[in-house]
Amino acid sequence: MQEELFTSGRNIPHIDPSLEIWHWPISVYLFLGGLAAGLLFFAGIVTVLGKDKEYPAAVKFASIVSPIALTLGLLALFYDLTHKLYFWRLYTTIRIESPMSWGAWVLLIITPISFLWVISYYSELFPKWKLNFKFFDDFENFLKKQRKNMAIALIPLSIILGVYTGILLSAFNARPLWNNAILGPLFLTSGLSTGAATIILLAKSKKERHLFSKIDLALIVLELGLIVHMLMGMYAGSEVQLEAMQLLVGGEFTLMFFGFVIILGLIIPAILELTEIIGYKVPVAIPAILILIGGLVFRFVMVEAGQITRYLY
Amino acid sequence: MRYAMVIDTLKCVGCSDCVVACQTENDVPVGYCRDWITETVNGAYPSIELELKSERCNHCDNAPCVRCCPTGASHQLDNGIVLVTGDECIGCGACIESCPYDARYQHPDGYVDKCTFCHHRLEKGQLPACVSVCPTKCMYFGDLDNPNSEVSQLLKNRKYKTLAPEAGTKPQVYYLI
Ligand code: SF4
Ligand code: SF4
Repeated sequence: MQEELFTSGRNIPHIDPSLEIWHWPISVYLFLGGLAAGLLFFAGIVTVLGKDKEYPAAVKFASIVSPIALTLGLLALFYDLTHKLYFWRLYTTIRIESPMSWGAWVLLIITPISFLWVISYYSELFPKWKLNFKFFDDFENFLKKQRKNMAIALIPLSIILGVYTGILLSAFNARPLWNNAILGPLFLTSGLSTGAATIILLAKSKKERHLFSKIDLALIVLELGLIVHMLMGMYAGSEVQLEAMQLLVGGEFTLMFFGFVIILGLIIPAILELTEIIGYKVPVAIPAILILIGGLVFRFVMVEAGQITRYLY
Repeated sequence: MRYAMVIDTLKCVGCSDCVVACQTENDVPVGYCRDWITETVNGAYPSIELELKSERCNHCDNAPCVRCCPTGASHQLDNGIVLVTGDECIGCGACIESCPYDARYQHPDGYVDKCTFCHHRLEKGQLPACVSVCPTKCMYFGDLDNPNSEVSQLLKNRKYKTLAPEAGTKPQVYYLI
């Protein structure tokens, strides 16, 4: 039998015994980024298809959430930087090879659009708080006319944002749990699903609720498929990937991953949504909230477990 | 020019002189280190083997830390040395996540720090601090592009390994075995 005993004289803060470089703000940021991507995608696509009058929650009510989510997400990201005063350095260069660089640029473009989008609905959203400035009314009218253009821009931008939240992690070859190409599409799907859940939560008409329940159901099935795909990929992978997978399956993170993400966050909401679509009475807030919690826990599990996985030692 | 380090694991006794020399030379904050000693025991009793070696940033040829840096603070010189410019670094931690050797750390002042191959000493024609203090002379430093350099010759004549070559980073610290 071959045994290996390893000792190192090193004990660097946040590096040993395993990395603690990215903390909860990063998980929150990935979740909020995905959520905003989902919401903006649906707002964009519904508008481009010309159905904005039929689905007001998707284009109007839920869209208030996206600029808030993006702003909070950016603040969380900023909070986790350790050399904060140099933040502006992000915007003095574009580095295509660095996902964090192009993610920062996409955020710089999409966040203002998300604000403009809400302003374009200002008088419909906040009829009681009328701002009696002529220039504001003109601005709102101008944006109203630009809505379709904004929607066309939002569709690709939101997809990039959603995929980026996954690629940010998957680009790290050094962390075997993250280093799989499925993570981009998986986080995008999860982001779209949390977006749909928020729309369900805010929808007033049965028609809109049902449409987004159906979309969400499809997304959940897709997401479960992608998760299985991810685990199978690691199962067939190298030793470090096998070890990484064991954190999720039969390890430290199994309860969180299977209990909160897969069962409570995906399977149970899927069953509840299905029951609702068939015609039984289910308070739709329950599956929607479960999906949102599941999405958040998923980001926490991936960020924390990923930092434990490594090549050496 | 391609700087590389060659470390003879058969000569290293794990005295940590290189660690202390580096901390002193580079003003490394207390509790942190840019190089460190590892001890590995291989095999099962009674046929066991002890390997001692000094590790640090591998100044990889295919450096993921340089690629993932959003600001360009992490960069690679023509001679292969990978450096971090403190006042371009935002402390995002991406490079730390990307290094398979966990060779980087966040300096208490916020920016990311790591081994520089004593770049400032090389400019003066001196060897890296760790290499110059090693009492067993187990470390060698030089130019791999020059076939007659000590490091090139050692790699030609001795068996060697690099750490986690499967990570694909093309590490440039070689260990004689
Ligand atoms: S050892 Fe790590 S920090 Fe050094 S060059 Fe390689 S990847 Fe970068
Ligand atoms: S922590 Fe600094 S050096 Fe490292 S990737 Fe971020 S900006 Fe670059």
